[in-house]
Amino acid sequence: MELTLWTYEGPPHVGAMRIATAMEGVHYVLHAPQGDTYADLLFTMIERRDRRPPVTYTTFQARDLGGDTANLVKTAVKDAYERFQPQVMLVGESCTAELIQDQPGSLAKGMNLPVPVVSLELPAYSKKENWGASETLYHLVRTLLLPLVPKPGTPPRSRDQQPKANILGPTALGFRCRDDLREVVKLLGEIGVGVNVIAPLGATPADLQRIPEADFNICLYPEIALTTCTWLSRNFGQPTVRTVPIGVGATRDFIAEVGRVAEIDVSGALARSYTEALGLWNINQITSPNPAQASRLPWYSRSVDSTYLTGKRVFIFGDATHALAAARIATQELGFTLVGLGTYSREFAKEVREAAKAHGLEALITDDYLAVEAKVAAAAPELVLGTQMERHIAKRLGIPCAVISAPIHVQDVPARYSPQMGWEGANVIFDSWVHPLMMGLEEHLIGMFREDFEFHEGHMSHLHTASPPDSPPVPQAMPAPGIAWSAEGEAELKKIPFFVRGKVRRNTEKFASDRGITLITLETLYEAKAQIGK
Amino acid sequence: MALEPCAEDSVKSLNNELPVLKERGQREVFCGLTGIVWLHRKMQDAFFLVVGSRTCAHLLQSAAGVMIFAEPRFGTAILGERDLAGLADANEELDRVVDQLLSRRPDISTLFLVGSCPSEVIKLDLAKAAERLNQRFFPGVRVLNYSGSGIETTFTQGEDACLNSMVPGLPGGDQPELMVVGSLADIVEDQFRRLFDRLGIGPVHFLPPRRASHLPPVGKGTRLLVAQPFLSETVRSLLQRGATLLPSPYPLGIGGTTAWFQTAAEAWGISQRHFTETITPVVERAKVGLEPYAQILRGRKLFMFPDSQLEIPLARFLATECGMELVEVGTPYIDRLLLGQEINLLPGGTRLAEGQDVEKQLDRCRAARPDITVCGLGLANPLEAEGMTTKWSIELVFSAIHGYDQVADLAELFTRPLERRSRLTV
Repeated sequence: MELTLWTYEGPPHVGAMRIATAMEGVHYVLHAPQGDTYADLLFTMIERRDRRPPVTYTTFQARDLGGDTANLVKTAVKDAYERFQPQVMLVGESCTAELIQDQPGSLAKGMNLPVPVVSLELPAYSKKENWGASETLYHLVRTLLLPLVPKPGTPPRSRDQQPKANILGPTALGFRCRDDLREVVKLLGEIGVGVNVIAPLGATPADLQRIPEADFNICLYPEIALTTCTWLSRNFGQPTVRTVPIGVGATRDFIAEVGRVAEIDVSGALARSYTEALGLWNINQITSPNPAQASRLPWYSRSVDSTYLTGKRVFIFGDATHALAAARIATQELGFTLVGLGTYSREFAKEVREAAKAHGLEALITDDYLAVEAKVAAAAPELVLGTQMERHIAKRLGIPCAVISAPIHVQDVPARYSPQMGWEGANVIFDSWVHPLMMGLEEHLIGMFREDFEFHEGHMSHLHTASPPDSPPVPQAMPAPGIAWSAEGEAELKKIPFFVRGKVRRNTEKFASDRGITLITLETLYEAKAQIGK
Repeated sequence: MALEPCAEDSVKSLNNELPVLKERGQREVFCGLTGIVWLHRKMQDAFFLVVGSRTCAHLLQSAAGVMIFAEPRFGTAILGERDLAGLADANEELDRVVDQLLSRRPDISTLFLVGSCPSEVIKLDLAKAAERLNQRFFPGVRVLNYSGSGIETTFTQGEDACLNSMVPGLPGGDQPELMVVGSLADIVEDQFRRLFDRLGIGPVHFLPPRRASHLPPVGKGTRLLVAQPFLSETVRSLLQRGATLLPSPYPLGIGGTTAWFQTAAEAWGISQRHFTETITPVVERAKVGLEPYAQILRGRKLFMFPDSQLEIPLARFLATECGMELVEVGTPYIDRLLLGQEINLLPGGTRLAEGQDVEKQLDRCRAARPDITVCGLGLANPLEAEGMTTKWSIELVFSAIHGYDQVADLAELFTRPLERRSRLTV
């Protein structure tokens, strides 16, 4: 039993719904009690979908339990087939139905429907949403492709003139999947790679059956597609491109990896990613129907107005894919300092641990919202990059924040084009991470003019928002016991700009406590400053 | 608790043989856990701990939606494999979680252990658990329990189950008193209290109270005036504690509110003259407020999907005071004790639908092409995309809609989608 206030991931059947909703021609019959239909509104409201998810729920009740809930399943499957005429039926159960053991998948398979039935057994008490999505995609692909697996010894498929790739992983309720896809298709077009199948988003079961016609697979969201890509690689000899093109460096690596796997020359595209990053004000480039094949991020980051970004302390938490990408961009492309890195994707904990270690940090692998909040409070970052949960954490702590990963809310599905991947994705990331920070010049001004009466105590940038009044008190690091501030020390501390004062206070108190100093004087303050630095 | 408390009764005898379409199929409604979203706001010293699955936690989070900005006064003790396999003693685990919770939140005076579908199916005895925990924590913290499971409760029945769990703990008292049953917005409660005072009715208590630790008394002198139509079990339990029910339509719309106050006034022997003098100015004000919205709604066709149990009183208001034409009024279940008066006020021939088969109901709705469809958020956008105008029903539960001074606001909720449609040119 585990106490939870907010959860990062829903149950595994919600993952299955993300696959079914992303696809066409698939219907999911879910053996579930009344109330589980709430999941529909995740799609119709957060993503503003104009159709209901293709899901039929049995919505059994207490009075059904003594009787024939199995028959309820069969009726639901029959009615759903007749009404929706899907090409494939997914049949599974939610947490409560798992306990009554009706085996809805087997029941449906025994009905001899004229379409394939995929039975989904997603253990609700040990697994979660992303795992459910991954398993659902895998079982769908496996069911449809198993008859097509070439026998051992079959010569490899001859290559077409143009290399072709499948793009696997984008689902409903993912983070910016819709816009990412367009960027990735554009990147592939630039280097002459054709797209064979995109799945699950927009794919029909017939599309899934064409997957073997591609030369390789692009695993765009490993949380969703890695299991499937691995199976395809083993059974159809299709290599997997693992680089996720989020950020300038990763996009270049992605192009290079596709080049290697597809055995094509991508040096031109890589060279353009450097040359076209300049010339932002070149009228020919501005008015060209072909967008620049490069990001503005490298130049914007080098521009001197970005100097203030140097060493900004950033805390990153999200799914593994987005957290890892964010760590790389933050440190290598924006010049931030990483003070925290973590994920709720336990399946990818190893990779995140390694990345954190490279930055001298211990990765935070948890799905406990309260543990994340405590870590953020302790790390005292200047920017939080996270999910919608971290947005709330950051709001309470008064720290700027940008959302980089699911779980998302309605404002994370913007009307404007805002990918994370590819060149445009890097542009979007530059803007959306820098915007919440106090603008550099504004920060300097407050620092320079802090004696000015207009910059009264607690002056905040217009970008900051105060915590809502009815929030419980924010957890603060407890002042070290047995340490006091002298009047002059305290007075000097007040002269330090408010936005770094808390950090200076903590650093000084730690400095004092490490050295057994009980009274912090003016001297102690500057001693600490000299030894600890900013 | 049954979903259809009157399933054995012949509903046909109501309102001149009003036809009731009974359906069983997919029900697109929330479970009773959802009530926590407003109950935890109403009783600010209470904490709601759901003993359930990840699905329950996800449901609450999704239903609470944008309200996520602080540490909420509700949470979920998520059952894991170890709990189900019996490897962990569920009671010890629950004690541990409650310890953890109460040490974080020393401000809590009432803890509700809320049962869910999985806890009901594995027959986890939360009543026993509450009894055990009370031995440790009472009187500092009172531990109560109820079930909000979807197999037993629909949406607003969660509030019924919650209030019902408070009834045995209410202090006794045989003084003549009025108890208003059902959670109302604080502002509405204050308006009602002022009006009762002016009428000379009192003392008046509200259940739920604003602080879960301030329990109203109940006994032979207690007269019950019910403010929400979904409190079947609570009302029956209060009757068993000796209270008397004052059957009445609900205080939705001018007519409903007048009938509601009139019922109390008669029970208190208030003269008709004093009653009329007192309410007339308020009624007149409400009429002025309502008229512009009623003009917009008059003659429009309305289709209601089942959701909160408020459908029948709302349909009565929209038909009798706003002149709307009722195509179909769907409601999760019909309890004659609490809805008989309301059903009798519906226009003859109104199609009532009890229960749901959502696909068939959608077919009927599309065929009828109503001017406004009242439905849940899972259906609203898909219907809008088909060109229908919808009013999402959950707002009716979260907004202050009861009483005279909210009548215009209530009507406005239904005109807003129409107004919006008429403004947009894209």
